[in-house]
Amino acid sequence: MPDVGATEPVLLALVGRPDSHTRAVYEQAGGYQALRRAVGELAPENVRELVKSSGLRGRGGAGFPTGLKWTFLPQDHPGPIYFCLNADESEPGTFNNRILMEDDPHQVLEGLILSCYATRATTAYIYMRYEYPLAWQRMQAAVDECYAAGYLGRNVLGSQFSLDVYLHRGAAAYICGEETGLIESLEGKRAWPRIKPPFPAVEGLFHKPTVVNNIETVACVKHIVDRGADWFRSIGVPPDPNNPRDPGSFGPKLYCLSGHVERPGCYEAPLGITVRQLIDQFGGGIRGGRRAKAAIPGGISMGLLTADELDCPLDFAGPGRYGCLGLGTAAVVVMDETVSMIDFLENSCQFFEHESCGQCTPCREGTSWALKMMRRIKAGRGRLIDLDLLLEIADSIGIMPGTTICGLADGAAWPIKNAIRKFRGEFEEYIRRTNPQGCHETAPVPALDLVALH
Amino acid sequence: MAIVIVDGQEIEIGDGERLNGIQAAQRAGIEIPHYCWHPGLTVVASCRMCLVETGRRDPASGAISMMPKLVPACQTPARDGTVFVTNSQQVTDARAMVEEDLLIRHPIDCPICDKAGECHLQDYHFQHGREQRRADIKPFTSRRRPLGDSVTLFVDRCVMCSRCVRFCREIPGTSELMVTNRGAHEEIDVFPGFPLANKMAGNVVDLCPVGALGDRDFLYSQRVWFMQNHDQICAGCSTGCSIHVDENQDRIYRLRPRPNPHVNQWWMCDEGRYGWKHAHDERRQTAPRRRDGEQLRVEEWGELIPQLDADLRAAGRLAAVLSPHLTVEEAWLLASYIRAIDPQAWLVPGPVPVVGQDETFGGGFTIHAEKCPNRRGVQAVVSALSDELITWEQFLERAAGEGFGAVWISGGYPAAWHGESEAEQLAAIPLRIVQDIFPSPLWEQAGYQLPGAVFAEREGSYVNFDDRLQSFRWAIRPPAGVQTEGRLFWRLAGRRGMYQADEVLLEVARRVAYFAAAVQPVPEVGVDLKVLSLA
Repeated sequence: MPDVGATEPVLLALVGRPDSHTRAVYEQAGGYQALRRAVGELAPENVRELVKSSGLRGRGGAGFPTGLKWTFLPQDHPGPIYFCLNADESEPGTFNNRILMEDDPHQVLEGLILSCYATRATTAYIYMRYEYPLAWQRMQAAVDECYAAGYLGRNVLGSQFSLDVYLHRGAAAYICGEETGLIESLEGKRAWPRIKPPFPAVEGLFHKPTVVNNIETVACVKHIVDRGADWFRSIGVPPDPNNPRDPGSFGPKLYCLSGHVERPGCYEAPLGITVRQLIDQFGGGIRGGRRAKAAIPGGISMGLLTADELDCPLDFAGPGRYGCLGLGTAAVVVMDETVSMIDFLENSCQFFEHESCGQCTPCREGTSWALKMMRRIKAGRGRLIDLDLLLEIADSIGIMPGTTICGLADGAAWPIKNAIRKFRGEFEEYIRRTNPQGCHETAPVPALDLVALH
Repeated sequence: MAIVIVDGQEIEIGDGERLNGIQAAQRAGIEIPHYCWHPGLTVVASCRMCLVETGRRDPASGAISMMPKLVPACQTPARDGTVFVTNSQQVTDARAMVEEDLLIRHPIDCPICDKAGECHLQDYHFQHGREQRRADIKPFTSRRRPLGDSVTLFVDRCVMCSRCVRFCREIPGTSELMVTNRGAHEEIDVFPGFPLANKMAGNVVDLCPVGALGDRDFLYSQRVWFMQNHDQICAGCSTGCSIHVDENQDRIYRLRPRPNPHVNQWWMCDEGRYGWKHAHDERRQTAPRRRDGEQLRVEEWGELIPQLDADLRAAGRLAAVLSPHLTVEEAWLLASYIRAIDPQAWLVPGPVPVVGQDETFGGGFTIHAEKCPNRRGVQAVVSALSDELITWEQFLERAAGEGFGAVWISGGYPAAWHGESEAEQLAAIPLRIVQDIFPSPLWEQAGYQLPGAVFAEREGSYVNFDDRLQSFRWAIRPPAGVQTEGRLFWRLAGRRGMYQADEVLLEVARRVAYFAAAVQPVPEVGVDLKVLSLA
């Protein structure tokens, strides 16, 4: 891996410049040239092919190949086809979409318009997280500027292609980031993820074919159209030759580095950078010269890496090799040696208990049970057998075992699995120390008033 | 024919049939436990109780490839070559997990829960649950709140299957119920100021797989295991919903819909559901009386029947009013008895109570304005025996001038069905035999007062608005002193033994073309009398 700190940022090129959120600054830097070229010279199929050949994978968390997703749309559909831009960025530790929307909204919009052009979508919804008021203002202002400049509305840049963009502000629910939860919420319903099939590409928003993509994904589309697929494929990690199902991890990626580092922030680096490189080259090392204890590779739902696993490459396949769920949103949260894993897990359980939509029994009850158990452990009434029970819950909920509709439960399960399996000694020590009398108890515990609180 | 393999058993399903895993397994005699799935509602696949393993059998090689993870059977279509495995360790574990999860916050207050004994949570726990509770969480106390006038929600018993929510959206289309809050704090609720008040609201109680929704009418009145349930037909309107009558010791406690794809699917309206109260009304008449001069004297049926027969034979011209509450068999017996005495006797269908207009809901269910169960059946009997169909109104007008010696008036209406003026119009007929359940102006002046039966006490067949004939047997015995219409007519006709409705129906089917399709035995879902006329 070369010295990644030296590579020139692409997605973050304008971030930090004065008035980077305005059209004038964006166009000065060559903005909307890709759109002009695409609408003038390329057919939608060509843009689709370009994105497909670039190997772009979704930046929202699942890493699904974007070009492939677009090809699931029915051919010759009479329309309308909807495009949903997922800006409901709520994975703990993640803020790359926010940076893009606040500091370079036109880059996002150009990518969105190109993506809509490629998918023949004529209406796009930007589903924005409630907690992003500045991003909302900047995006809305950018949309208005685009309408004024003829980049949006009827006959974009004088072509046959028309596009309307609407901003929709969510009501602060994590589950709205799940693509079918987002669609339900846009339709004005409770954000209960839908059962699939049918997939959104076939029947999504308002029963029409729908594409749901992440903010960073469409920003990448802009640069792919600008610089070509070969440029994109020159960055990142090629497919693993031993794994025929690995499409590789290409392109630049925004990494959100937070936690106990000297310089937390959003950094752009090629896919495949290791956690250690990220901490040392961008983050300025662990804060206060302390040692790292653990790191979350890509948002809390992806699990945990121990200090020994910090050489894990942050590409789509890397964290999986270390027992994590995946790359997720590439939000790296670093914990130093002062962090108690009991606190970490209790916090994680609390998040997922709060955000479980409550539709599927295993997730609704499993997340709430796990939290209550963690609170009891933390309160000094844990038993060693609880750890096995927590692992059993974590192993049995989620899409992976097939017991839930969406992936939220997998996200809830991974921190439990990783924390207890990788730090079991610390959990056992804590339980023995805080509950010396009862730690070996295995009979059902009498109900505690403490844990009945909700 | 498509072949589906369930636990190694090959079953055939029709090519056009769209079954899911639960239904396919049912065909094989295997029950896949489920909460949220209901055949009449949309699929949400959220309770996860019906998780099974599935796979496909390759038609060419016969090799079976299984999917690596569990799938909900309710959401998995059964196609040719689909394989379901419902008894593997993985499935057993998943069921135990869901059952354990659902009991974590459930108050387990079965001893005071109305649903106990017919509760899916109870049944499935015994079949699929764990022996020991591992959760260390104090179940909440029994919070409850009314959702409307007829339904109470026991919040903590709920398993969030959302059947009731989907029902209100999809069948009556009124959407009163919703899910509020999120995750483990979710509750069913109504919007403030918009209570559960649709005309089919009672169905949510039947739909609830656990004891979360309680019928305020039935609440705490009877344990379900004490009740017998009988297949019956609702007599509330001409829809003729198939129902269960749940009774204990001849007292009705509740009515529930009985699935019938041709009539009511899985539902019934609240009007019908709570429309049994007249059966146990204090004002019900239970003593047969005969007028002796000014005096009405209570008589034993054994003495009264020969006297009644003799009086009718001596009366001269006769008329009979056949109530639309009579079954086909009862109408036939009365009509043929009266006609045997006076071959020219008038047969008059009784008045048809009409309240408001037919009301059809979004889901297709209709409550009819015609508040009687058997207008068509009775009219068909009368038409078969008379050249001219005389209406009740025409009869009232012409009764005084026709020189009748006696008239037999059958009633059986739950509500008042005539006033003083009708009684006045018939006053010229010397002998009025009134058979009814409640006192009325006609009843007061009758020469014979014959207490009659209510729907649940009758036996026979009704023909609904759509010419569907449904047969049923009695569910409760009438109060002492009441002779059901069928039994009385049977005895008057001089037939031996007990009243046999099926014997009479056979006779009617042979004699009257309209009833020709009603060959024995009439299926549970009834028979469409139009089939032969269409052929």
